[in-house]
Amino acid sequence: MYPSKFGYEAPRSLDELSSLLNRYGDDAKILAGGQSLVPMMKLRFAAPEVLVDINGIPGLDYHREDPDGTLRVGALCRHVTLERSALLAAKHPLMAAAAPLIADPMVRSRGTMVGSICHSDPQGDWASVLLALGGHMVALGPRGRRTIAAGHFSLGPFQNALQPDEIALEAVIPAPTGQRSGTYLKLERRVGDFATAGVAMALETSDGRVVRAGIALTGVGPSNIAATEAAQALVGKPLSEESIEQAAQLAAAAAQPRGDHRGSAAFKRHVVATFIRRGLARGEAVAA
Amino acid sequence: MTQTAPVTPSSSQALDEIKIGGLGSSRLRVEDSRFIRGRGNYTDDVKLPGMLYMEILRSPLAHARIISIDTSRAWAIPGVRLVLTGEMMAQRNLAWMPTLSYDTQAVLATDKVRFQGQEVCVVVADDPYIAKDGCEAIDVEYEPLPPIVNPEQSAAPGAPVIRDDKQGQVDNTCYRWEVGDREATERAFAEADVVSKLKLHYPRSHPSPIECCGSVADFDPATKKLTVYMTSQAPHIVRSAVALIAELPEHMIRIVSPDVGGGFGNKVPVYPGYVHSILASILLGKPVKWTEDKTGNLISTGFGRDMYLDGEMALRSDGKILAVRMHADTDQGAFFADAQPSKFKIGLMHSTFACYNIGTGYITAQGHYTNKAPGGVAYRCSFRVTEAMFFQERMVQAAADDLGIDQAEFRRVNLLPDDAFPARTPFGFLVDSGQYDKCLQIGLDAIGYEEFRREQAAARAKGRLLGIGISTMTEPLGAGNSREYDILGIKMFDSAELRVHLTGKAILRTGAKTQGQGHETTWAQIVSHELGIPAADVVVEEGDTDTAPYGMGTYASRSTPVAGAAVSMVSRKIRAKARKIAAHLLEVSEEDIEWELGRFFVRGAPERGATIQECAMAAYSNMPDGMEPGLEGNAYYDPPNLTWPFACYIVTVEVDPETGVWDVLRVVAVDDCGVRINPMIVEGQIMGGLTEAYAMSNMQFQTYDAEGNIVGSNYMDYLIPTAWETPGFELHEVVTPCPHHPIGAKGVGECAAVGGPAAFVNAVLDAIAHTGVRNIDMPVLPDRVWTALQTHQDVSGAPPVRNG
Repeated sequence: MYPSKFGYEAPRSLDELSSLLNRYGDDAKILAGGQSLVPMMKLRFAAPEVLVDINGIPGLDYHREDPDGTLRVGALCRHVTLERSALLAAKHPLMAAAAPLIADPMVRSRGTMVGSICHSDPQGDWASVLLALGGHMVALGPRGRRTIAAGHFSLGPFQNALQPDEIALEAVIPAPTGQRSGTYLKLERRVGDFATAGVAMALETSDGRVVRAGIALTGVGPSNIAATEAAQALVGKPLSEESIEQAAQLAAAAAQPRGDHRGSAAFKRHVVATFIRRGLARGEAVAA
Repeated sequence: MTQTAPVTPSSSQALDEIKIGGLGSSRLRVEDSRFIRGRGNYTDDVKLPGMLYMEILRSPLAHARIISIDTSRAWAIPGVRLVLTGEMMAQRNLAWMPTLSYDTQAVLATDKVRFQGQEVCVVVADDPYIAKDGCEAIDVEYEPLPPIVNPEQSAAPGAPVIRDDKQGQVDNTCYRWEVGDREATERAFAEADVVSKLKLHYPRSHPSPIECCGSVADFDPATKKLTVYMTSQAPHIVRSAVALIAELPEHMIRIVSPDVGGGFGNKVPVYPGYVHSILASILLGKPVKWTEDKTGNLISTGFGRDMYLDGEMALRSDGKILAVRMHADTDQGAFFADAQPSKFKIGLMHSTFACYNIGTGYITAQGHYTNKAPGGVAYRCSFRVTEAMFFQERMVQAAADDLGIDQAEFRRVNLLPDDAFPARTPFGFLVDSGQYDKCLQIGLDAIGYEEFRREQAAARAKGRLLGIGISTMTEPLGAGNSREYDILGIKMFDSAELRVHLTGKAILRTGAKTQGQGHETTWAQIVSHELGIPAADVVVEEGDTDTAPYGMGTYASRSTPVAGAAVSMVSRKIRAKARKIAAHLLEVSEEDIEWELGRFFVRGAPERGATIQECAMAAYSNMPDGMEPGLEGNAYYDPPNLTWPFACYIVTVEVDPETGVWDVLRVVAVDDCGVRINPMIVEGQIMGGLTEAYAMSNMQFQTYDAEGNIVGSNYMDYLIPTAWETPGFELHEVVTPCPHHPIGAKGVGECAAVGGPAAFVNAVLDAIAHTGVRNIDMPVLPDRVWTALQTHQDVSGAPPVRNG
């Protein structure tokens, strides 16, 4: 691989990182797992002046639950950590379903959830997961921390809401208000291929009724799409064939796919609806 | 596979052939010791003092006129040593070069670019990063022209002429070719009860070896000798081609193919990059390395297939095939650059239906220039036999369906019986042996054909879609005999040279070039079989034209049929001389000498003998009066015919009716490749071929959009299966020794890649037979299956890909 010439900084603390981002601004690019950035640099689609490698900053590789049940995933938490997490397996069915479907084992061992969300590739899986769970990102900049809701984080393909001097510190998933269930279904032509279509489904039920629902779509629009109306169709009542079918139809309508060598727009919409039926109706959604 | 030791008299002191690593021994691959330790020596490992690095600037457009090229910014970058343009090449009469198919190919574009990825400029610099920077600093102004991405566009009236560089070229026709008996075929069709028709496209697939192309050219200004280390499957052809193209004396050219990291036909042609590095080295007087990157390899080098079929079969209602008529259109890309036998413009396409008695047939073919990368015959295909057999087996399934006859039974009716050989096909091949029914039956029994049909019906009742696909075929491997096969006029023989040292150890060199096939292991086994020298005592060397005997290289599964036969023949020459030495040592006349593995003995007195090692020692220390010292020789082998391996592949699948995704349930392979030299390597070849067959049927292809942009220019878009997707394989064998090969072996490397794809596709179509859909083009992607299920119409995969 022969990328363009670039500088390299390896801060050892968040303070040092902040001052580097302050100094380089737009010219800097943060290197976490590098599983999207490095291939882009290899192809010279990306040619940052400076790579700021955050792998030497201690304490960012966590994923942990606050006492109230809020889940926090740090900027250096690798996919593989989430894939093998007992915490997720026990309490976060959607995340546990999505983690092993991220790319391939090599990418999972290096890449990070936060980095993947920052990359804002509409075919990225984690952004849909965060949308479906109603999560947010925590950004750290010279003016301190701020939260950015999942729905506002991605501005379009490969564009996020971070300022040049900000870093995404963690992804946060709020505590559930009911019993969690959910799953992630993805159609890919091969392990590691970008999704032809993917659907993240998250439900919280209480007393036999759905109290919160989130549905988000991968690979069928310029960004990951929160299918809000589809999710809303499930809320306030027990899960039924009718409500699931309604959600499937609404989610398919919310998709904005383009036909390409992975399939026609009609096929992709059909896959979205099929996955919702499967994920919710056929017991593929795993209760936590 | 079980081994049976030859029955020998109890007095025999013959060596146990399996123990010494001879024929039939699954000895471990000797080359793997260095490969798995990272100690291979590939072209990119070659580092010479003062070496410079080359990078190619490629065209971003498929078809455009070059208005201007400004290289001044590149020259200004510190560390840039040379920038070559087409104009500079033209001044040396090197802007164009001849191809191995008697066409011409641009070395660097002068007038127009004709495909996306075409070589436009070259930068040589102190390191590869600077060379790449140099390429980015070149400003090329293009005037876009309408791109052509399929034969239909190519042949349309008023289509822009891509090859306006060629005198007399008024359209985009690359070649026309025909074979067979048109009138007899027409008569047969007139008498047919049923005519079965099928149209399909075999997509463009890239060989994608792990190691891309590359070369290190080293011209020594003092000695005027040119040494080129390069990734070639056929180094001798390259030496001759360089001698002819560059007008350098052939004895001053040395081509060295070090370890080659996979070829699959990708590394037979002579690519512009090789020529650039050679010219740069001559101009600069320094070694120049070119290492192609993955994208460069995928978008510019020899691909396979991209062929369209219009096939018809004349059938009698009892299932008998009366005649076959086919028309094939090939998308050749911008240059006709195939490395294939000169006489056959569409390779060995006419080997189609060789295992069936089809009465008569007629094939026409037309090649089309398009704005795509040149090629067509690469990729484990033995010169388009892949398409020939895929079309055949897809047509066979369609015909069985049209007649309402079971697909296995339809094959039984039409396969050549065991007593039919030798059989001349309607297209001129002589098929010399086979046990087709036995092969098919073993496959059907292994898969449990009748039981699967019952299971399929039961599943169907529950809405599940199961399917079973069969592919049976014989294919011509091992080009070839010199009457019919040549490249650039050079006959397609091969060669071996064997030197037995005084201590009985030996070095063998051949004109072939291993690139993963395991020659270093298997050639030694042939020597071991012929001479009784343990295989571990034979070192095998290939790829250096200064030391190896002249040969046509390794592709088209030709190594064992041709070079392997030469290894046998040279070993027998050595044995003949050793026999004379043995007679001398044992003080009897040569007529009284008998041979058993590893040893000569006196007839009637078997305890008196001389081992091959004792004979070797005597060849240097105690030869009979008047005998030339030494124990070495060479053999050039011109095979009397191709070899005809046969195979039966059966695949079962389940199709998800909602998503179109299909999973492979089982794959049964029955291969008859004659005598197996190293059964383990043969099985590896078959499993590799089946993996590629699965890949092409399921996911792996290159296509183009309407602008001529390639889809599949990197390994994120060009999908090759991983261990996760690849199904398991159940292997079986039938052994029908090749009647003319010295040890009865046949080619095998390509069989499964050739015969396999149709079995997968037939299985999917069988699973959705209720829709009446006759064809879904490969790769049979989920969306294509879903579309077929929705529309009950055939699904074409031909470019351009539909976006939006």
